[in-house]
Amino acid sequence: MDLRLDAVSVAVDGASLVRDLSLHVARGRVVGLIGPNGSGKSTALRCVYRALRPTRGTVRIGGDDLSALTLRQSARRVAALTQQGGSDLDFTVEEVVALGRAPHKRGNEPLTGAERELCRRVMDRLDLLRLAARGVLSLSGGERQRVLVARALVQEPEVLVLDEPTNHLDIRHQVEVLSMLRDDELTVLVVLHDLNLAAAACDRIGVLHQGRIVAEGSPGEVLTAQLVRDVFGVEACVVAHPVTGSPQVLYSLVSTPEGRWT
Amino acid sequence: MIKVRIVFNVGFTSNPPNRTGVPYAATGDPVSVAAPSLDRNGAIGPDGNGAAKRRAPVAGLVAVLVPVLAVSAVLAIGLGPTVIAPGDTARLLWAAVSGGRVGADEATTYQIIWQVRTPRVLLAGVVGAGLSVVGVGVQALVRNALADPFVLGVSSGASVGAVAVTVVGGLASLGVYAVSAGAFAGALAATALVYLASAGRTGMSPLRLVLTGVAMSFGFQAVMSVVVYFAPNSEATSTVLFWTMGSFGAATWGSLPAVAVAVVVAVVVLRRLARPLDVLALGDETAASLGVDAGRLRTGLFVLTALTTGAMVAVSGAIGFVGLVMPHLVRIMAGAGHARVLAVAPLAGAVFMVWADLVSRTLVAPRELPLGVITALVGVPVFIALMRRRGYLFGGR
Repeated sequence: MDLRLDAVSVAVDGASLVRDLSLHVARGRVVGLIGPNGSGKSTALRCVYRALRPTRGTVRIGGDDLSALTLRQSARRVAALTQQGGSDLDFTVEEVVALGRAPHKRGNEPLTGAERELCRRVMDRLDLLRLAARGVLSLSGGERQRVLVARALVQEPEVLVLDEPTNHLDIRHQVEVLSMLRDDELTVLVVLHDLNLAAAACDRIGVLHQGRIVAEGSPGEVLTAQLVRDVFGVEACVVAHPVTGSPQVLYSLVSTPEGRWT
Repeated sequence: MIKVRIVFNVGFTSNPPNRTGVPYAATGDPVSVAAPSLDRNGAIGPDGNGAAKRRAPVAGLVAVLVPVLAVSAVLAIGLGPTVIAPGDTARLLWAAVSGGRVGADEATTYQIIWQVRTPRVLLAGVVGAGLSVVGVGVQALVRNALADPFVLGVSSGASVGAVAVTVVGGLASLGVYAVSAGAFAGALAATALVYLASAGRTGMSPLRLVLTGVAMSFGFQAVMSVVVYFAPNSEATSTVLFWTMGSFGAATWGSLPAVAVAVVVAVVVLRRLARPLDVLALGDETAASLGVDAGRLRTGLFVLTALTTGAMVAVSGAIGFVGLVMPHLVRIMAGAGHARVLAVAPLAGAVFMVWADLVSRTLVAPRELPLGVITALVGVPVFIALMRRRGYLFGGR
């Protein structure tokens, strides 16, 4: 299923967080959202997983207007990995992963054998089986992040949205999580801070600045020294990866005077 | 883009085949990881830190707690100023339930058992069960470990209602239940006030709910103090003591049905909400992405817990500590999942309260110690010991 944001605007208490955002994620593609802190990336994602209702505009999944679906219906089609995923309660890894099935179940209906097997497979894939009985509060940040990825995959969504999924992950697990997004048939919208990982992992990249999309296209088209300077206020040069050819951004530790305050 | 994928995968395909059967850990080096991972699974770990959680199976806990509760109840009914042997207690109880005959020589004993102690012990069990499940519900509602059934201002509202009825009079048509009715009305009024004050445009935020409840409690206590201060008789003072420390001294058969129904409804409803409660614990954002409307669930929980708490406070006063600590004790034993917690919590709460009440009325007989004193004196050390022993985690290391 494809994901389409159509002229989405979000205003909270008069402050405009996202303005007129239109973005299309074709079926099975990975689209990245990049931009400085406070540029509206997370707000845009929250409209997709329904933590927020857009003030104007629509979000469509496979042509269906999200706001016409119940929360449960849309949760069966869209899974999210949010920034705020923690709990005070010391659930086990197994329990948290199994909660991914919640939108497919009524109340306390127990998981079927097939669903348990699905949970086991996903945990295996994310190297979590040996942690299955551990309490999530005793895990490292990286392990916890993988638990949340597993929960999202167990949800068996058509569309997966991720808000900085590589947070707290060591480089091996960053690469692993992102390459897994690519291997899967999922339609993915992902917010990433690391421009080089975004260039390697995404088919297309949208750049947000002050709530607006200021550039959109393939990583090669979007990631230029000029854009990095304009949007992030950072001096950089962009080179081609010697093996893959994808653009790589190299930074110098000097901020540009004109970009710093924008 | 396919090229990218191949480059990414080099790191994993170059691993030697996994012969140990132990899954590779984060570093991808099976040799260095195999030993500590055994440790982490709790198999050979020297301490509890980081070990797999050792939890008692729920069915096992229930299978133990049900007979323990039954035996506790019979013992508690037999014990008091007049000690009745457990065998005689059970026989007389059976006679009462089955409509059997009781000899004339046993008429007094029977009166004590059936008219005085049985309703009291049953009420203790019902309220203990109720406080402990409502504690679980309120902690989920406000996502706060320090919350208990009274944090939303319900108990102090009930006290104001009860004291007002005692001092001012009114509700005379309700006879002996007038004070309870006043307490319940006070609880409802407090609930409505807290709800209106904390419900905002963006729904009820957990933190705002707690803060409003705590602030309102102070307000109600001030009102109560003023009423007591100007009250013409000392009856008001003892009423206040009863409602703030809690007691089952006023238990009668008549006071049982309403609160029993409320508690059973709360247990059943909360049990059915176990999975949504788990989801709610992950935060409102995550709840939305898992198809749970946190705002609606929270409103429902608020109404359910407030009504149940009001019904309990009206018959027993505000018995502290149980609703705060029982949920944690049960989580230590059974794990954090709400389906497990809510199966065990009512039984554990009932057993605890039956014994606490027994101690309160026998320790310095014929006087009664306030129940709140017992629950705190017994529960606090037990709780702290358990928490330290099992490496209990709540809200992080």
